[in-house]
Amino acid sequence: MKRLKIIGLVLLVVLVGLQFFPIGTNHSTTIPSTDFVKTYKAPEDIAQTLQSSCYNCHSNNTEYPWYSKVQPVGWLLEDHINKGKEVLNLSEFGSYSSRRQQSKLMSMISQIEDDKMPLASYTFIHRDARLSKEKKKTLLDYLRTLKD
Amino acid sequence: MRKIIILLSLALISLGAFAQHDHSKMTTKKKVQPSVKVEHSKSASAIIDNYLALKDALVKDDSKNAASLGKKLFDDFAKFDLSVQAKQQQNELAEIIEDASEHAKHISENSKDIGHQREHFEILSKDVKDMVIITGSDRTLYQAFCPMYNNNKGGAWLSTSKEIRNPYFGSKMLKCGSVQQEISVK
Repeated sequence: MKRLKIIGLVLLVVLVGLQFFPIGTNHSTTIPSTDFVKTYKAPEDIAQTLQSSCYNCHSNNTEYPWYSKVQPVGWLLEDHINKGKEVLNLSEFGSYSSRRQQSKLMSMISQIEDDKMPLASYTFIHRDARLSKEKKKTLLDYLRTLKD
Repeated sequence: MRKIIILLSLALISLGAFAQHDHSKMTTKKKVQPSVKVEHSKSASAIIDNYLALKDALVKDDSKNAASLGKKLFDDFAKFDLSVQAKQQQNELAEIIEDASEHAKHISENSKDIGHQREHFEILSKDVKDMVIITGSDRTLYQAFCPMYNNNKGGAWLSTSKEIRNPYFGSKMLKCGSVQQEISVK
């Protein structure tokens, strides 16, 4: 019994300790001219869909949920955001070469078509990020118009 | 008798129209392109070698080998010497290499998802082709096209042989496709 208490206490200390290492924030106050929506002058409904389903992990601006302040959950989030931005950063889309823009568009389309994006683990919590059938179709149709 | 002649000629005309329609459909699907001649050069040889090996791995549905070849290809792109290329082409080549290395990297990181590897291979194939047209090649290449890939949107790839071995479907549809273009060395 005493042993259990000690283990519990150690765990508690570790967990509290973890909270002293918060994640860096992925925030920017301005929307750059290289932003995807600005680059292509995307219509309002598309901009909204992208904002709620993609931008949290694929841009320089994340709207953090409250639990991002709880470690180690926040670390997991940070890792997702870093990986997401590495493969596609919608804030910097306009700075990509046109070849890279085209190939990113192709990958975006196939990821969305195959329901690989947005991530199921993400939409599980963020219900508003889920793409309804209509939203998905509108977004895909729009992305296809950008491909040459 | 006259009726029969009219009917027959009508039938012939509609047959002709049908055949013509079919023909036009075929050419758009096949998208045969005029052949191109490129300079003889070994500057992209390592890239071509590993691209072709990667293609063969995908033909064999071997995603593990495809991943390790993706890594090799990624290194080849990093090692590629831009400075010896014509000045006015360096920018475009740099863009091709930037894009292509990213696809090679994704292929190397997805040893358990051959579908995803194939998606990146499709765009990579275009990059390698555009690259070879600028840098030149040390061998004749054929661009083949499978109209059924990606929900019938089709996908192209490069090969040293006219014989079709499909990297998008592998054993499922090994011989689907046809040669679209020849890239020969001057």
